[in-house]
Amino acid sequence: MNIIACVKQVPDTEAQIKVKADGSGIEDGQIKWVMNPYDEYGVEEALRLKEKNGGEVTIVSVGPARAMETVRTALAMGADKGVHVSDPALDNADAFVTASALAAVIKGIPYDIIFCGQRAIDDDSGQVGPMLAELLGIPQLTLVTKLEYAGTSVKVIRPIEGAQLSIETSLPCVVTAQKGLNEPRYASLPGIMKAKKKPVDVKNAAALGIATESKTKVAKTIPPPARPPGKIICGDDPAQKAAEVARLLREEAKVI
Amino acid sequence: MAKGVWIIAEQRDGALRKISFELASTARKLADQMGAEVSAVLLGSGIEGLAAQLGKYGVDKVYVGDSPALEPYITEAHAVAAAKIIKENDPAIVLLGASVQGKDLSARLAGKLATGLATDCIDVKIADGKLLAIRPMYAGKCFGEVITSATPQMASLRPNVFAMTENAKAAAVTKFDPAIDAAQIKSKILEVQKDTSGKVDLTEANVIVTGGRGMKGPEGFQILEELAEVLKGCVGASRAAVDAGWRLQKDQVGQTGKVVSPNLYIACGVSGAIQHLAGMSSSKYIVAINKDAEAPIFAKADYGVVDDLFKVVPELTGACKKLVG
Repeated sequence: MNIIACVKQVPDTEAQIKVKADGSGIEDGQIKWVMNPYDEYGVEEALRLKEKNGGEVTIVSVGPARAMETVRTALAMGADKGVHVSDPALDNADAFVTASALAAVIKGIPYDIIFCGQRAIDDDSGQVGPMLAELLGIPQLTLVTKLEYAGTSVKVIRPIEGAQLSIETSLPCVVTAQKGLNEPRYASLPGIMKAKKKPVDVKNAAALGIATESKTKVAKTIPPPARPPGKIICGDDPAQKAAEVARLLREEAKVI
Repeated sequence: MAKGVWIIAEQRDGALRKISFELASTARKLADQMGAEVSAVLLGSGIEGLAAQLGKYGVDKVYVGDSPALEPYITEAHAVAAAKIIKENDPAIVLLGASVQGKDLSARLAGKLATGLATDCIDVKIADGKLLAIRPMYAGKCFGEVITSATPQMASLRPNVFAMTENAKAAAVTKFDPAIDAAQIKSKILEVQKDTSGKVDLTEANVIVTGGRGMKGPEGFQILEELAEVLKGCVGASRAAVDAGWRLQKDQVGQTGKVVSPNLYIACGVSGAIQHLAGMSSSKYIVAINKDAEAPIFAKADYGVVDDLFKVVPELTGACKKLVG
C-alpha cells in the first residue's frame, strides 16, 4: 500500500499565545513546537496499515525550515520517507494554498490513502483535508474515529451530532483523523537514530508550480476579550454557597 | 458582479437544524447592510416544504435541489449540487454552519469554487463592502479578523452563537437540477447509529456541566449527570478525565476536544489547564467549583465556589431544582 500522512508543526497545546502589539500575528519566540496532535493519529493509523498490509508511508509537510523536525518525528515513529515543502512565499499560506502544495506533491507519487489531522490546533480551520481531496478529485472522510481497510475500499466510523455514521468509500481517499482513532506511539531511540538517515525531499513552491497567493488573509490578530472579574462566593456552609450560586444564576445571570 | 448573501441550509431527516435559522438571520442582517437579497440552498430529498420555515427568518429565495442522491448527506453529492447553483448565480457571500456537516461541506465547496473560507466564525460583519469574519484561533487563545480576496467570500458560523431573528420574507422557491452523476459518488452510508440518550451534542448545548480530575473516577460523574438533568444540559469532561478513561472522547472540552459556547458552563474539579480554558472561555456564564483556590479556572469564572465539589454539587442540584421546578 502507498500511504501518505500529512503533518503540520504547531505550538504545543500548553503554549501561551501572545498577540503582537500591532496585531500582525502572534509572538512565536517562546513557543515549543510539536506535531499537530490530530496529525499524530493520522501518522499512527498510516503505520498500522503498513504493518498489517505492507507498503510504504510517506510524510508530507508544508511549513518553514523548523517543520523538518516534525517530519523527522514522523519518520522516527516509523514512516519511510518525507517531502518537506518549505518556501518563505508560503509563510502565510492559507488552507487553499497549503492544500494546493500538498496536492502538487501527492500527484507526483502513487497513493492509496491519505491521512490528515481533522484540523490543526493553531489556525483551527479544518479545511486542508477536504480541500486536498477536492483538488485530487477523490472522496473525503472527515473526523474518523475508526477505520477498517478492505483492499479497494475503507469502512470508517464518523461521529456527528447525536449519532455515529458508518461510511464506506472506495480508494483512494482522504481520511481526516479525530481523537479516538488510535493511541499514537512514541518514537523509540533506534527509531530516532534511523530517522536521521531516511530520505526527505525538500521542495519549494516553484518546483511544485503552484500559485502562492492566499485566498484569505488574517487582517488582524486580536487577543480574546477579557472576561469581567468574577465573584467568589464565600462562607463555610456548602449548602448556603450552592444556594447563592443558584440564586445568582437565576436572578443576575438569568441563565436558569 | 457577485451579488447577494447566500446560505447553505442544513437539514437532517427532513427537519431543518437550528443552525439554518441562525444562518438565515445572520445573512439577513448582512444583506440589509448591503442592500442585497438573501438566498438559501436547500438540498435533500422531498424537502421542498421546508422552504417556508427559512422565509420566516428572512430568506427571500430558496434554491431547492431535490434528489434521492442527496439524502442522506454525502459530501461529494452535496458539494457538486451546491457548487453548481452557486456558480450559476455568483453570490458575493456564502455562509454555512460550522456543524460537523457544515465543516465537511464548506471546505470541500471552497476547494471546488477555488475561494477562501473562514471557519467557525463567532462574528461576521460588512466592512468597506467586504465580509469581515471574526474567528477564534488556537482554540480561542486569540482571534483573527479574516478577509477573503476571492469570490464568493465564504464563512462557516459556529452553532449557538448567532441570534435567531424572525423577519418574514417570501422564500420564493426555485427548483434546480443538482446534476449528480451517480458514478461520481464514491461514498455510501452503511449505517446510522443514533445516540438514544436524547441529549444534544456539547457544541449545541445551552448548559454544560464539566468534570475534571477532581471527580476522582467515573462514578464521580453521577452527581454531574444529576445537575445536568435538572438544568437540561449535557455533561462534559476535561482532557484529564477523558485520558483516564472516565468519560468518552466525544465529551471532551478543550483544544483537542470540542470548543463550546453554552449560556452556562459549570466546571467541577477542573483546574483550568490552558488547553481546557481555550475550549470554553466563550461561554456566556462560567461557574467554577474547586477545592483549590489557586486553580486557574477561577480567573475565568463569573461565580466561583472554593469547596469540596462532592458537597457543593448535590446542594446546587437541589437548589436549582427548587428554582426551575
